[in-house]
Amino acid sequence: MKSELTVSDPWSHLKQFTAARIAIGRTGGSQPTAAVLDFRLSHARARDAVHARFDSEALAAQLHTSEIPTVFLSTAVPDRTTYLLRPDLGRSLDPASRASLTPSQPGLALIVSDGLSATAALNHACATLVPLIHELKEEGWIISPVYIVPLARVKVQDEIGFALGARFTLMLLGERPGLGTPDSLGAYFTANPNLNCTDADRNCVSNIRPEGITPADAARKLAWLLKESRRLGLSGVHLKDNQAVTIASGQV
Amino acid sequence: MSPFSLTLGTTSHRFSSLSELMAKATPRRSGDELAGVGAASAEERVAAQMLLADVPLSRFLEDLLVPYEEDEVTRLIIDTHDANAFAPVSNLTVGEFRNWLLRYETDAPLLAALAPGLTPEMVAAVSKIMGNQDLVLVAQKCSVVTAFRSTIGLPSRLSVRLQPNHPTDDPKGIAASILDGMLYGCGDAVIGINPASDSVAAVSTLLHLLDDLIHRFEIPTQSCILTHVTTAMRCMAVGAPTDLVFQSVAGTQAANNSFGISLSLLREAHDAARSLKRGSVGSNCMYFETGQGSCLSANAHHGLDQQTCEVRAYAVARAFSPLLVNTVVGFIGPEYLYDGKQIIRAGLEDHFCGKLLGLPIGVDVCYTNHVEADQDDMDTLLTLLGVAGCNFIMGVPGADDIMLGYQSTSFHDSHYLRQALNLRPAPEFEEWLEKMNIVHQGKHLIPVAPNHPLLPEN
Repeated sequence: MKSELTVSDPWSHLKQFTAARIAIGRTGGSQPTAAVLDFRLSHARARDAVHARFDSEALAAQLHTSEIPTVFLSTAVPDRTTYLLRPDLGRSLDPASRASLTPSQPGLALIVSDGLSATAALNHACATLVPLIHELKEEGWIISPVYIVPLARVKVQDEIGFALGARFTLMLLGERPGLGTPDSLGAYFTANPNLNCTDADRNCVSNIRPEGITPADAARKLAWLLKESRRLGLSGVHLKDNQAVTIASGQV
Repeated sequence: MSPFSLTLGTTSHRFSSLSELMAKATPRRSGDELAGVGAASAEERVAAQMLLADVPLSRFLEDLLVPYEEDEVTRLIIDTHDANAFAPVSNLTVGEFRNWLLRYETDAPLLAALAPGLTPEMVAAVSKIMGNQDLVLVAQKCSVVTAFRSTIGLPSRLSVRLQPNHPTDDPKGIAASILDGMLYGCGDAVIGINPASDSVAAVSTLLHLLDDLIHRFEIPTQSCILTHVTTAMRCMAVGAPTDLVFQSVAGTQAANNSFGISLSLLREAHDAARSLKRGSVGSNCMYFETGQGSCLSANAHHGLDQQTCEVRAYAVARAFSPLLVNTVVGFIGPEYLYDGKQIIRAGLEDHFCGKLLGLPIGVDVCYTNHVEADQDDMDTLLTLLGVAGCNFIMGVPGADDIMLGYQSTSFHDSHYLRQALNLRPAPEFEEWLEKMNIVHQGKHLIPVAPNHPLLPEN
């Protein structure tokens, strides 16, 4: 493109300090074509991630390769549009799934959902769970199969954990995609799950993706937090993150 | 009070309360359907609007949608209502009030004098029967001017909040975005940072960063860290340089309690900020943010529709003579505002209702990636708000907020609006931009030399 048609900004060296879209230049007072198209591509990827079909069978196959058993459950959500419009429906299981759960009383119940990014669940859930399960099993934790629950919200972990009589539940699900982050996975856990749990009872490790907290690092941090949580008998706002784990409120 | 009923053809429509009538008269949006208060059919919605048009405005002073005894926002609304200011429209119905607003004779001074006589419920009601063009036209007639170090809201002016957020509050990262915005002529409404950390130490660091910048370059603007009001109060107590105090507010006492605030707490914060006397051309020192859906989200909506709750939040803001009130219209997600159409409508409603109540309202024209909206929808809303005389918009580098993870308006967007509608920055800021060789005649950007005084050395 002809560069004389646009005005470049002589402060592009400041880009080293931030990922913000600074010094993108201008044509008149408007954004140059390249910047507009770059933005549009980021948004397109985020939109595709939100609407991507969740290949839950593929996720199960990944986990089976590492000899991790899986169980499929369903929420009350019939489709993705309803998922976006009715967060309440994504917080509970459908009756058949609810009836299928028996109190096996695991130390830890594991759950995966596509949430708002199927790409995140498919790309990073297995890589996070395999080392996590390995580390906790070495310390004698009794761990449930991985419950794969499409179109779920975080709170469904309370119902599943309670029905199983689990001591802890840990749920991985795709976070709301940002412009540069279409495949970010979030992890939420709670001690003594029951239907009265609130977000204040949960701990969260967010931004799990190769460019953020890598799945391997996330597994280490989650293992540490779960062990601390078990030692202290609590979770949520009272569990301090001495390991400098990113704890943020989720949008799910 | 009597119920409302109307027969259209062979169908009889019945609404048991004023709250139900208001909710069902509201243009369709997902949040009201999530709450189960929206109209069940398109015809039922119009029937509700027809009945609402016949409700006398004065009924809203007696038939209270949230009980007086239970809710301090209702008490604030009723106790501060100015009956003399209300007099010119006191005998009108909601439908007649729409006609009154649209008359040639209804002008800025008349509307400014009326504002203290209007309650949020009256304003919400009339907005529900107004079309988008009505919302634009009447808002454009209103003028609400506030000041601190710059004067915001003058006719043919558009101000910008410079929003230089960074995911870890890194001072160099924030400074880079501030310089980017300043060199694009933005920041006359406020330089306002959403911090990642809520600690007094972290917030104080950012307050000093902004204060140093503003004083070093003598920038006629104000700073704000958008932290909880209690954190701002602690910062003021330790002497951190605080221009504006920020708080998110909602339209019911219960929702405000869920935000950890009350009217008395806001009063205390407002008194503390005012006593610092840091403004040079004015003393408005509060910055409030609102957004449709926050009451339902806090399960504190009393069966009201989300737009009525939103306008009640403006009564809270109004009590503290703010410099800026910002409705963050598209941030909350598709379960409240599903798509571009709903966001555009909500943005116009919020701006109109705020202006009619006398608020210096601006709009965060924005969306998240899980709503059915894109940049074209934002361009449309931005243009409509420019025509409507919106006091200020956000300025985010490239419209991409890397800390909050949503898309707002860019610095470039303000130049689009300024060119298209011949709008200029706040007068004090415009003068500074000319002096700094950033903008020529309030409109055209001047190419920045590599040795510009704002730029650090390479």
